[in-house]
Amino acid sequence: MKRWIAFWNILLKDMRAYYLKPPNISWGLIFPVAWTGMFFIKSGKGLDSIISLLPGVVAISILFGTTSMLAVTVTFEKKNKSFDRLLLAPIPLRLLMLAKTSGAILFGSINAFIPIIIASFLADISHVNWFALVLAAIMIAIASTFLGLFIAVSVSEVFEAQTFSNFFRFPMIFLCGLFFPITSLPIFLRPLSYVLPLTYGVDILRGAIDKGNIMPLWLDFLIILGFCVLLFAISLKNIHKRWIM
Amino acid sequence: MQSKSNNSLIKVRQLTKRFDKLIAVNDISFEVFKGELFGFLGPNGAGKTTTINMLTGLARPDSGSIEISGLDCSKNPKLAQHLIGIVPDESNLYPELTGYDNLCFCASLYGMRKHEREERARDLLEKFGLSDAANRKFAGYSKGMKRKLTIAAGIIHRPEILFLDEPTTGIDVASARQIRQLIANLHDSGTTIFLTTHYIEEAERLCQRIGFIVQGKIVRIDTVISLLQPIQKKHTMVISVLHPDEGLHHKLISEFPEYSIELVSKGQFRIVSEKVINIGPLVRCIEETGGEVSEARRIRPSLEEVFVNITGIELNAMKKEKQKNGRSS
Repeated sequence: MKRWIAFWNILLKDMRAYYLKPPNISWGLIFPVAWTGMFFIKSGKGLDSIISLLPGVVAISILFGTTSMLAVTVTFEKKNKSFDRLLLAPIPLRLLMLAKTSGAILFGSINAFIPIIIASFLADISHVNWFALVLAAIMIAIASTFLGLFIAVSVSEVFEAQTFSNFFRFPMIFLCGLFFPITSLPIFLRPLSYVLPLTYGVDILRGAIDKGNIMPLWLDFLIILGFCVLLFAISLKNIHKRWIM
Repeated sequence: MQSKSNNSLIKVRQLTKRFDKLIAVNDISFEVFKGELFGFLGPNGAGKTTTINMLTGLARPDSGSIEISGLDCSKNPKLAQHLIGIVPDESNLYPELTGYDNLCFCASLYGMRKHEREERARDLLEKFGLSDAANRKFAGYSKGMKRKLTIAAGIIHRPEILFLDEPTTGIDVASARQIRQLIANLHDSGTTIFLTTHYIEEAERLCQRIGFIVQGKIVRIDTVISLLQPIQKKHTMVISVLHPDEGLHHKLISEFPEYSIELVSKGQFRIVSEKVINIGPLVRCIEETGGEVSEARRIRPSLEEVFVNITGIELNAMKKEKQKNGRSS
C-alpha cells in the first residue's frame, strides 16, 4: 500500500508540475492541428484525405508529446539532483520508473485523441475499430515514453535530451509509414522501418481506422509490446549503471 | 564494549570505492551507535560524500560491507531506506513546488497517508520557522531557508538515522547557527545523526564522536573529549606585534627555549608551552627590539589543532577552503 501511495503521488506531482502546465496543453493542441493542416493542404484531396492522414497525425502527436516531455523532465530533475530524492525513497526502482513514466504515457494517450476529435467533425469515423485504436494509442504512448526514458538516461544535459530526441523522432516520421507507405521507401531504407517501434503502432492505427494494415494486428501488438519491454529493461539497466554508481 | 557494539545502528567494514584509478574511499571501517551524533570530518574531496552515498544507496561499494539497523545493505540498499533520512550537500527539493507541497510530496515517498503527511508538514514548517513561507515556491527561498526545508524533508518520515552532508556550507552565519541548533534539537529528541562537515568547530560543538577522513582513509575515530585530552594540558597564546624587528622571531626562540614559538604571519607569533605562559618577559623582550605588542590572547585548545596534528593538513589550507565556500564565521 505504501508503495502505491508513493507511485500515485509521483504521478500526480509530475502531472501538476510538468504535464498540465498551460504551455504543454497548448503545445499538445497546436502540434497535431499544425501537422494535420500541413498534410491536409499538401494532399490536395480535400476532406477525403482526413481518414488516410489520421493514423500518422495521431502517432506523431503521441510521439512528440511523450518523448520530449519525459526526456526533458527526467534530465532536469537529474541535473538539479531532485531525482536523487526518488532514488533514495524506499520504492523498488522498477515501480519508481513506472510512476515517473506514467504521467508521460497518460499525457501522450490524451494527446492522441485531439486529432481524432478534430477529425470527427470533418469526416465519417463511425467505422473505426475503437478498441484497437485506443489500445494502439496506449501502446504507442508507452513505447514513445520508454524511448524518452532511454534518451533521458543516456544524456546528462537538458539540451542533449532535446537533440537526442530529435535524432530518433525525425527519421521516424519518414521511416515508420506515418505519411508515406513503407512500400514506397527505397529498398535499402525499409529494414530500418522495421526496427522502429512506431512502425507497428502506425500499422495498428491504420488497421483500426481504415483497415489499411500490412501486418496482422496481433503481430503488431506483440512486436510493439516487445519494444516496450526491451526499452524499459535497457533504461533500468542504464540507471543502475550510470546513476547508482 | 560488547553492549555498545550491539547498540550500533551503522556498521561499516572495509568499505572501498574507486572511480577509475581514483580511490575515493579506501578500506574504511567504523560504527555509529544508536542515539549518537557522529561527525565525519575531512577536507573537500576526502571521501565524505562518497561514503554517505554508499551508506544510503546512491553509490555501489566496490568491496566491503554495510549494515544498517542490523540489515545487510551491501547488496540491497533499498532494505534500510525507510529507516534513513538524507539531507544532501545541495538543497535538492522541487523548485516549482511550494515549501508545503515539497514536504507533503517527500512524505508520500515514504508511504505516509494524506492526513498524516499534511499534519507533519505543517508541524515541521512551524518548528523550522518557515510557516510564513509555506505557500511560496521553493525556487524563491533564500539559501538558509532552502537548507532548513531540506532538513525538514529529510526528517518528514521520522527516520531512525539522519545523514547530514555539509548542512551549513555556503549559508550565512545566522542561518548556520539556526541549523546547528536544529541539529542539536534533533539529536536531543533521540535521532541518530551522521554528520559530515569540513568545519571543525561545528563538529566540535555538535558531535560526540568524530572520524577523521583524509584522501579516502579514516585516520582516527574517537570521542571529542579523548581527542582534545592531549592538547588540554598545553597552553597556547597568540601575540600580535606592531613594527616587528626582522630578527625578533630568532630572538624570542633563543630567549625563551622553554616555549615553542612559531611565526604565523608577519608580526604574529604563536606560542605553545607545557607550562603557563608568562606574558611579562615576552612583552619586555619584544619592546627591547622596538616592537609594540598590540594584542596577546590565550587560545582555547581546539579540535582544529587535533586535526592538524593527526592529518598534517595546514590550518591555512582549511581556512582557505572555508573562504572558498563563502563562509565568514
